[in-house]
Amino acid sequence: MKHIISAVVENQPGVLARVVGLISGRGYNIDSLNVAPTNDPTTSRITMVVPGDDRVLEQVTKQLNKLVDVIKVHDFTGEKFTDRELMLAKVMTTAKNRSAVIELASLFNARIVCVQSKSLTVQMVGTTDEVDNMLELLRSNGILELSRSGVIAVGRLD
Amino acid sequence: MRTGVECLMDGLQQAGVETVFGLPGGSVLDIFKDLYHAPFEFILVRHEQGATHMADGYARATGKVGCCLVTSGPGATNTVTGLATANMDSVPMVCISGQVPSNMIGNDAFQEADITGITRPVTKHNYLVRNVDDLPRIIAEAFYIAATGRPGPVLIDIPKDVQRASTNALTPQEIKIRGYNPNTAGHPRQIAKLAEALNRAEKPLLYVGAGVICSGAAAELTALARKARLPVTTTLLGLGSFPETDPLSLRMLGMHGSVTANYATQECDLLVSVGARFDDRVTGKLSEFAPHATIAHIDIDPSAISKSVAVDIPVVGDVRHVLTALLPLVEERPREAWLSKLGQWQEKYPFTYDQDPGKLMPQYVIDKIYELTRGDAIIATEVGQHQMWAAHFYKYTQPRTFISSGGLGTMGFGLPAAIGAQVGRRDKMVVDIAGDGSAQMNFQELVVAVEHQLPVKVVILNNSYLGMVRQWQEMFYKGEYSATVLGQADRPQNERVPGAAPHYLPDFVKMAEAHGALGLRAVKREEVVPSLEKAFAWNGPAVLECMVEREVNVYPMVPAGASLLEMIHSMA
Ligand SMILES: Cc1ncc(C[n+]2csc(CCOP(=O)(O)OP(=O)(O)O)c2C)c(N)n1
Repeated sequence: MKHIISAVVENQPGVLARVVGLISGRGYNIDSLNVAPTNDPTTSRITMVVPGDDRVLEQVTKQLNKLVDVIKVHDFTGEKFTDRELMLAKVMTTAKNRSAVIELASLFNARIVCVQSKSLTVQMVGTTDEVDNMLELLRSNGILELSRSGVIAVGRLD
Repeated sequence: MRTGVECLMDGLQQAGVETVFGLPGGSVLDIFKDLYHAPFEFILVRHEQGATHMADGYARATGKVGCCLVTSGPGATNTVTGLATANMDSVPMVCISGQVPSNMIGNDAFQEADITGITRPVTKHNYLVRNVDDLPRIIAEAFYIAATGRPGPVLIDIPKDVQRASTNALTPQEIKIRGYNPNTAGHPRQIAKLAEALNRAEKPLLYVGAGVICSGAAAELTALARKARLPVTTTLLGLGSFPETDPLSLRMLGMHGSVTANYATQECDLLVSVGARFDDRVTGKLSEFAPHATIAHIDIDPSAISKSVAVDIPVVGDVRHVLTALLPLVEERPREAWLSKLGQWQEKYPFTYDQDPGKLMPQYVIDKIYELTRGDAIIATEVGQHQMWAAHFYKYTQPRTFISSGGLGTMGFGLPAAIGAQVGRRDKMVVDIAGDGSAQMNFQELVVAVEHQLPVKVVILNNSYLGMVRQWQEMFYKGEYSATVLGQADRPQNERVPGAAPHYLPDFVKMAEAHGALGLRAVKREEVVPSLEKAFAWNGPAVLECMVEREVNVYPMVPAGASLLEMIHSMA
């Protein structure tokens, strides 16, 4: 089961290493990781997707909470929340497939953000599943470079 | 304006530091310059690991925060084992390390080590000070974090330029850390639930750990147990939290616990962990642990709850607060059937050993230490068989009188910890019970005891083996003693050493004398008491080496991963 864990932390050097170290030190992989300041510039939000069973992740969440630099931890699992990822994919294009790629992008509400003679860069925002789907369909064209932001999320209640 | 070093000196004083253990080097020369005039005692160790264990032993014996000071690079890396030891056993400690100047960090400068990176997983928290303005706050925070909540070690790494820089910053009047708010009170509804469970239980058992000692709740625990007639078993680190001379004491539980304590755990209908964390050396096979019991757990650390054993009644809070609130809610109960059953087991299965007068049994030595000190000493231990025997054959009645590395199991801990304990408790006899293997780790610190006239007594149970490992090899590895034979004669082929073997290696009597302490040796059983008497009467540090029966095992023993009922009582 994948857990989306969101932690508000002190915006300080070393804090990310502490959070990541706590998880990797227990032998868990982090599927995706995103860090950026919140609306309070002295704090950052770390959003992580960590696969693992519920009991283990409950323990990880408690351990994270114990870190002095961690202000708040939330595991979104089993709740209503909105999550998004940003994807940038540079797709190989020729005269033949160019319009198909553009069409596909518009079907997914994605945008072409960079146009070059032999490639198009597609920007897409969506849930992990949507991004995965889109990628699957783009893949046959040949993907030259791919970058995904990792999941970010906010709760839906209050 | 104050320099970083002045902030440090003031900060230590404000934190109530009386003694600092440490060793200097290039990156802390400025600190030592001011330390030369400081109002607190400095104890120069011979290895930085010694400094950490001394600070640790001091903290365990007194309840105050231990403090040590080391240089950058190797000085700092030498503290890692000591920090990890303190971290595992929740001991409050502040370790200050020097660091290369800020502008050289990351350049592989001389004696540079990323000590905050290295110690991150083995400290409660650590700081690399980047700006001298932060230093007064960081020092105050470090002592606060070390001592509150679930205590632990905190490291402060101070670059040389920060030590020398000046600031107007003052120590904050109040410490507020938004990510750190230990909850002490305990939820009243949970406490009421626990009281109800206790009042209803027919076969309750209190399973008590070091949390009782660090929260200063031994008196409250004793009052509770006596009022409601609750039998008590403790972990290794819980020894001393409840008088083991009380009939309600079932002694220690777990891998080398008493039969009664382990049987009681498996049979009780309510198990209340009081500041104990369900360590694997306690529970044995998890799926079969306390199968008939409702499980309650009082702990200041929410992450300790349901970590390994699912808890039915969690109470997050300081043990002393919780027990104080619990006491009036708990009813007096005779519990005759349960207590008489436990009494029968206690009678049938005491800790025992071979009483053959021709043999110098290791347990006998501890028996006699108990008798001669009338149970009133502080006992420190190293790690191994002797540590378990120190738990079995000495009865602890007061908190902070048993000092041992439980979680990490650090050989070489006992002697420096005993020295630290003696620094904090000069009024007490402090005895380090050691094996000959452990005694060779950190023996150099004995000179510190001699110099400072700290009359610690080191009793070495010399079996010429790494005994505990040998025991496992005997029981589970076909008796092939790979790398556990410390004597020369009977080693396996690939460990043979050329030439004739000297009789004693090392000669601990000479070792003691070379360090300026009294050295004694007992070879026969009848020599033990006179030697102990001599060592205890000596007004300085003394080392007594007892040449004990070599292949004695610690029993009972629950093999790793087995249920607590599967105790082995002998190698029949
Ligand atoms: C630093 C360290 N290294 C290795 C071990 C593993 N170990 C546990 S007990 C033990 C043997 C201890 O021998 P000794 O001190 O002679 O005590 P005895 O068991 O013989 O009483 C060893 C090697 C340890 N606990 N600590």
